[in-house]
Amino acid sequence: MSDRVNAESLLPGAEEPVVQFEHVGMRYGLGPEVLSDVSFQIAPRSFQFLTGPSGAGKTTLLRLILLAVRPTRGLVSVFGEEVSGISSEALTGLRRRMGVVFQDFRLLDHLTTYENVALPLRVQGRAETSYRAEVVELLRWVGLGERMHVLPPLLSGGEKQRAAIARALIARPELLLADEPTGNVDPGLGRRLLRLFIELNRLGTSVLIATHDFALMDLVDARRLVLGDGRLAVQS
Amino acid sequence: MGEVGPPPRSVAAHGATEPALPLTLRRNAPLVPTDSAASRALAAVIAILTFLAALCAGAAEIVASSADQWQGTVAQEVTIQIRPSPARDIEADVGRAAAMARAAPGIAAARVFTKQEAERLLEPWLGSGLDLTDLPVPRLITLKLGRSPEPDLKALRASLTEALPGIASLDDHALWLQRLSTMANTFVGIGVGIVALVLVATGLAVVFATRGAMAGNREVVEVLHFVGADDDFIARAFQRRFFRLGLRGGVIGASLALAAFALAGIVARNWRSGPAGDEIEALFGTFQVGWRGYASVILIGVIASVVTGIVSRLTVRRFLA
Repeated sequence: MSDRVNAESLLPGAEEPVVQFEHVGMRYGLGPEVLSDVSFQIAPRSFQFLTGPSGAGKTTLLRLILLAVRPTRGLVSVFGEEVSGISSEALTGLRRRMGVVFQDFRLLDHLTTYENVALPLRVQGRAETSYRAEVVELLRWVGLGERMHVLPPLLSGGEKQRAAIARALIARPELLLADEPTGNVDPGLGRRLLRLFIELNRLGTSVLIATHDFALMDLVDARRLVLGDGRLAVQS
Repeated sequence: MGEVGPPPRSVAAHGATEPALPLTLRRNAPLVPTDSAASRALAAVIAILTFLAALCAGAAEIVASSADQWQGTVAQEVTIQIRPSPARDIEADVGRAAAMARAAPGIAAARVFTKQEAERLLEPWLGSGLDLTDLPVPRLITLKLGRSPEPDLKALRASLTEALPGIASLDDHALWLQRLSTMANTFVGIGVGIVALVLVATGLAVVFATRGAMAGNREVVEVLHFVGADDDFIARAFQRRFFRLGLRGGVIGASLALAAFALAGIVARNWRSGPAGDEIEALFGTFQVGWRGYASVILIGVIASVVTGIVSRLTVRRFLA
């Protein structure tokens, strides 16, 4: 990974965007268009918010980047690769370069916090001993050092949130997507989680946070992608 | 959680030290939840099917080995029958036929049944205490066949009919042997067919169970996809879970079948001491599941678990595609 970053930094102007949408439209089945004519780019090592009222299509946009759904029209490129007709191997490769924090966490209830956080490394086929130190260190950093053997149903909302974030970070993704990551926590914890994302961004990860919490967005001077009526406006 | 400190080394670079972990920490639990009511039911179905298939294989094996025993004993013997004829001296004919048989290559021994012995053979049909002296009772010579040189029954039969035309005939039980082997083969064929059917049924049950498990674990599958698992990894996780279920069912079913054979063996041995036991043994041979029988029972258990694993993997791959 470090090789690629170095090679890119020699030619900063030629860096390709991490995510690129060109005139993307999206509808589910025969329903109305959730997104229409959306175009934007996410540059490497950038930090931005995605906002808009509930039902404006934030989650759909994140699902498009995650390649969980395909656009009805337009082009979506992730890490420079156009995703229509992508093979399942390439899809897995792209997903391994992303980390995602879901609004509803999506922790696996039958696995311990430790196992949940270790999941992205485990699915790469790595031996448990090879990542144990990393996982424990990250768990301690997000304040879950004492909770690593607990099953998710026994965690509080804030603890689940942090476990979900730790799972998104453990594989050191190049792109971090977070859907309402501060939705379930008090404003104080929300600010601390935001600082965590900023810290990550400083280490080189592109960050996209979907939220409608204006107080949170006002804390950082970052680009805002505003969705409304299925269209996207960019506020720098 | 306090203020956010500097990020851990692990996020920036690989950590080196091995931190102490609580001993109770579970670290590599199966990715697909196990031990639901559905999995227990599937293990029970596999156990029952394996048990039935193993019983079938064992029964076929008993028939096959009994038929082998019969054929072995029957095929080692041939009989010469000498019909009485009013114009001839039957004792001379018997002596001549016996001499010819002894001189023939590959005949290990020839035993001439005396007139009294021949009459006694008729007792079961005619009753005892009858005077059979006036009846034209045929006489028998039984020949034991040796292994080498190969006995040439065709030549012996030809020379007998030439020397004693219409009087001596050679019976090599070929018709009996053929019927016996046809019957035994039919039984074995039916057994193999039933075992195959049962394995197919196991496979189909696993297909349904896998599809149910996939639907029930849709959330798990989706999360695994999002954290970067490929289809093969997910298929392997399901395969591992179902192979374990199949193994459990197979082991239970095969053990029950082995126990059933052992029990039946003990019961049969106790029976054999009674008068009915002799008849049963004469009819069905000794009740013995040889090592081949036990091996096929174990093999069926193994095949059932392997089939379970492979079928579930294929089903998952198809489901994900």
